[in-house]
Amino acid sequence: MVARAQAVTAARWVVLVFFALLCAFPFAWATFTSFKADADLYTVGHVPFLYNLPPTFDHVRVLFQETEFLTFVRNSFEIGVIVVAITLATAVPAAYAIARLTGEWGGRLAMAVFVIYLVPPTLLFLPLSRIVAELGLQDSIWALVLVYPTLTAPFSTWLLVGFFRSIPRDIEEQAMVDGYSRAGAVVRTVLPLALPGLLTVVIFTFALTTNDFVYAVAFISSSSNMTISAGVPVELIRGDVFFWQSLMAATVLVAIPVALAYNFFLDRFVQGLALGGVKG
Amino acid sequence: MSEPVAHRTVVFDESPRVHHLLDRENVLGPVMLAPLLVYLVALVGVPLVLVFVYAFSDASTGSPTYSFVGLSTFQRTIADETFRTALRNTIVFTILSQVVVIVLATILGFVMTANFRGKWIVRFLVLLPWTTPIALSALAWLWMLDSLFSPFNWILGQLHVVAEGTPVAWLGENTLAVGSVVALQAWRTMPLAAVILMAGLTSIPPELNEQAAIDGAGFWRRLFDITFPLLTPIMMVAILFGIVATFTDMAAVYILTHGGPGDATQVLASWSFYTGIESGSLADGAAIGVFMFPVLLGVCLLMLRRARRAEVL
Repeated sequence: MVARAQAVTAARWVVLVFFALLCAFPFAWATFTSFKADADLYTVGHVPFLYNLPPTFDHVRVLFQETEFLTFVRNSFEIGVIVVAITLATAVPAAYAIARLTGEWGGRLAMAVFVIYLVPPTLLFLPLSRIVAELGLQDSIWALVLVYPTLTAPFSTWLLVGFFRSIPRDIEEQAMVDGYSRAGAVVRTVLPLALPGLLTVVIFTFALTTNDFVYAVAFISSSSNMTISAGVPVELIRGDVFFWQSLMAATVLVAIPVALAYNFFLDRFVQGLALGGVKG
Repeated sequence: MSEPVAHRTVVFDESPRVHHLLDRENVLGPVMLAPLLVYLVALVGVPLVLVFVYAFSDASTGSPTYSFVGLSTFQRTIADETFRTALRNTIVFTILSQVVVIVLATILGFVMTANFRGKWIVRFLVLLPWTTPIALSALAWLWMLDSLFSPFNWILGQLHVVAEGTPVAWLGENTLAVGSVVALQAWRTMPLAAVILMAGLTSIPPELNEQAAIDGAGFWRRLFDITFPLLTPIMMVAILFGIVATFTDMAAVYILTHGGPGDATQVLASWSFYTGIESGSLADGAAIGVFMFPVLLGVCLLMLRRARRAEVL
């Protein structure tokens, strides 16, 4: 029995290592590449898995000092902050109304909102590009601020509905008996209890706005207004001049923090998906 | 539901009438929903209708007006060889990648449900393909599949599969390029499927398997008669997400192959983008995009059906 258990453990680790390699290899390779000297990287015949020449920080320095990478980061961050504000301002009241005030048809509305989450940017970007142009927002980060809540608000609403439903009604009803208006009761009792959900919405919104590629390349043309995820692959390799070490450094520097953020809210996300949360 | 609660609340009220109205649930509900609904109608609903309007018109980015041309845009689209390739590729890429995902995600889901030391780091690593913005991971793949400096070339050279130092056109030869795009799509949608399956696995009551084991059912019997049937609904959710992600994605193709070599890896989303944005023909771009709609509609209906069933539980 003991031998068998050990065999199972060993087999599991073989499988786990296989998957870890499969999933993380491109990033490990990117990290490894970032520190390679040009003469090392671009010599056919060098063993690619070794530093044949001493590793160098030069290309990381170039990324920060001589490219617009930091501009992209700042744009993404600014867009993220504003979109978080818009998402919270629309999703929180809507989710509360669906969870508490609208009864039967609220549930159906929650489903409709979830379905909207499935409408992809690649279907909407053409009309939206025209709408953006008519509003005079082309090539401005405000174009992205305008459209990104279409990606974030439906999912956030659906997520928050689940949160609000899990909070007992008695809590805010007691506060209302104590003399608070419904709004006062919600602010004082429900929102503090839903804080993990609100935090999840914030992180999720940031992650989704960072993730978008379609809208950013469709609406933005000058590199000073680009976001990270469109700017790095499109702007930093304009022409045929690839500086791979800097590009790979940029990829890893974005991938790691985003992955950490996702890990933070993953359990809540999965719980929602798995346990019939789709029903809204 | 709609019992009047106004009497409880007028304590520190400066505008009694407004407050009075907002304390009625059947008024407050719609008021709270309105901002979201107005926004979504304006920026999802209207554009969705406009996609179809454009597809029946001669709209282009150059001119502010357009007129209806009936089915002629569609006729042109369907006659176009590249469009047919893109349509076929979109379907083939989605099916192939999701078959791979079903197999790999099931295995990963099983090994990840166990408790073991170092689980968090394994989880972090296997989630990377899903959490990283697709445009950036595609860029990492672009470098990994470089025709001269790919590490795989070196390995193949050492194994004498190819002569050392010869370029391998991972992205420049039709079959290899198709394989690369499918692999990228499977790679990036697999972690979410595995995570969803994990949640499904942990929600199966252990007593079921224990009882079956007592009754004499072996491992494989339990796997095929208990675990898999119970997992099927949640597997479907996982795959539906994967289908939407793969079917509608343009970043992978745009960055990895630009649709090439030739148009060998062109998909609906990328071809719609090249036509609608880069060539400026909104009408043709929209007509291409419209062909994504039936699959999306199907996915939505399946999701809703599952949701309705879940509500019965």
